[in-house]
Amino acid sequence: MNTATLFKRAMPMSTPSRLQREIRARTLPVLLSLIGIAGFLVIWSSAASNITTSLGNFPGPSAVYTQFGKLYEEHKAERAKAEAFYERQEKRNADRVAKDPDYVPKIRAYTGKETFLDQIWTSVYTALTGFVFAALIAIPLGIAIGLSRSLSIAMNPVIQVLKPISPLAWLPLVTMVVSGVYTTTDPMFAKSFLNSMITVMLCCLWPMVINTAVGVASIDKDLVNVSRVLSLNALQHTWRIVLPASVPMIFTGMRLAIGIAWMVLIAAEMLAQNPGLGKFVWDEFQNGSSESLSRILAAAIVIGLIGFALDRGMLALQRLLSWDKSSATR
Amino acid sequence: MTLLDIDHIDVEFPTPNGPFVALKNVRLKIDEGEFISIIGHSGCGKSTVLNAVAGLTPTSSGGIVMRGKQVIEPGPDRAVVFQNHSLLPWLTAYGNVALAVKKLFRKTMSKAEMHEWIEHNLRLVHMDHAMDKRPHEISGGMKQRVGIARALSMKPDILLLDEPFGALDALTRAHLQDSLMEIKASLNNTVIMVTHDVDEAVLLSDRIVMMTNGPEATVGEILEVDLPRPRDRLSMVDDPEYARCRAEVLRFLYDKQRKVESLDSNKNSNKPGGRAKSRAA
Repeated sequence: MNTATLFKRAMPMSTPSRLQREIRARTLPVLLSLIGIAGFLVIWSSAASNITTSLGNFPGPSAVYTQFGKLYEEHKAERAKAEAFYERQEKRNADRVAKDPDYVPKIRAYTGKETFLDQIWTSVYTALTGFVFAALIAIPLGIAIGLSRSLSIAMNPVIQVLKPISPLAWLPLVTMVVSGVYTTTDPMFAKSFLNSMITVMLCCLWPMVINTAVGVASIDKDLVNVSRVLSLNALQHTWRIVLPASVPMIFTGMRLAIGIAWMVLIAAEMLAQNPGLGKFVWDEFQNGSSESLSRILAAAIVIGLIGFALDRGMLALQRLLSWDKSSATR
Repeated sequence: MTLLDIDHIDVEFPTPNGPFVALKNVRLKIDEGEFISIIGHSGCGKSTVLNAVAGLTPTSSGGIVMRGKQVIEPGPDRAVVFQNHSLLPWLTAYGNVALAVKKLFRKTMSKAEMHEWIEHNLRLVHMDHAMDKRPHEISGGMKQRVGIARALSMKPDILLLDEPFGALDALTRAHLQDSLMEIKASLNNTVIMVTHDVDEAVLLSDRIVMMTNGPEATVGEILEVDLPRPRDRLSMVDDPEYARCRAEVLRFLYDKQRKVESLDSNKNSNKPGGRAKSRAA
């Protein structure tokens, strides 16, 4: 709205048609965002050329752009290698079966290194798993705390102390507990995955617990009275009245939590050596080649984009599921 | 036949300075099919009487007996229409009524019967055209209609209306009052309505219960409204009985129970147990 009037004032014209106005109203925000991005690139590029590190000049936008191309090439090359490996294996097995019909072929998995794209997927998967487990614990817990004043008073000090604990403090504890408890010979999950996932979970539990509890506790008294007049039992009351009434607050908590999950994950992966973006950044930092900085920057940009996408995804989910559309605008 | 007997009830609310006595010695017998209005100044505890009958507010002494059984908890036999409609915002008009119907008649009605009963009640309040609308998509008057439909759908023994039209503009209010009279005429429900509108009380009621000012509010006077039904809003204007009833209520409220409150004492006289308190309890 405002931008449209601004535009009109800047370029006075003879009464534009409705279509023209419409087009302007739509293109202007896009144009402004592009200008913003362009401005940032200019500042970045001029700043980068003035920073010299032990690994050479700080990479500017163009260096990072070429790096994206290289990362994709590496991914394709690695995939081709894997395919070739499986082809060779299949052929070898077929030959042996042809010679000796009793031979049972062994199929081995390809053990090449993960590519950048694989690492992105690992990160997203780890963060989302941690987030989902946290939500499964936090939402019922939050509802219980919101419904019971005594439970709320009992839990509050514990939650308030656990909430601000840094993921970097959790991680060593989680690592020791996982290696102590999870001792199967044939592990379904890598320990590094469990460590990162559980750390993410521990950090994004609290905003969901707190927001759910607040949402439940602040239910309109009249809605509770409706439930009492209808003589809904405890389960019906929770399911039909309490849960839907607190959906907007639950989503607020979930949006906070998904942001935290992603931030925590990158730090956790660096230390836990979970093969995701955090490990990629750490490995490039240790590697210290002339291309390391631009590769780290490429990863940083991807981390930012995915964080943004996760937030938008959550917002879209909220728009889809929450009855209170006004709470799902930005 | 007496349906409901409010037998010398007291209602107290705990405050840091000891209990606040909102109602003292309230007694009232209500016959089946009667339309009773409770009128009084704001804060006198008229809503508290209604909440006590609903079972939402416990009495501290005395008791309420309906059909020979004491009222101890809320139940669908005493359906409440709340002042601010209290529809569940995530459900449509149909869904709000369906919540009540499905809870109460799941065992006795088939799916088709329940569906028909939900639609029937929405038709009764003239809301069948907007059954799939959510509360935020309809006007205040329409929300209140849905609230009434939800209450009626419970097949209550008594309908409790807590200032149902208080938040509506005059025209909408008149319209809904007519609807309510229409429904009352066809279903012959027993109704208790809390109001602060003298005309509304006279137009709708068989008896008007006038409450004294709190604290320790009680029934001051009871006025029989001897007007034939159906009552027509316009012809009532010239009816001497209507004028008499109206004058009686006004005399009670503004002469016998005048609220002596200067303007600046208003802020300090926020006594506990007023409206907000009695609702919250």
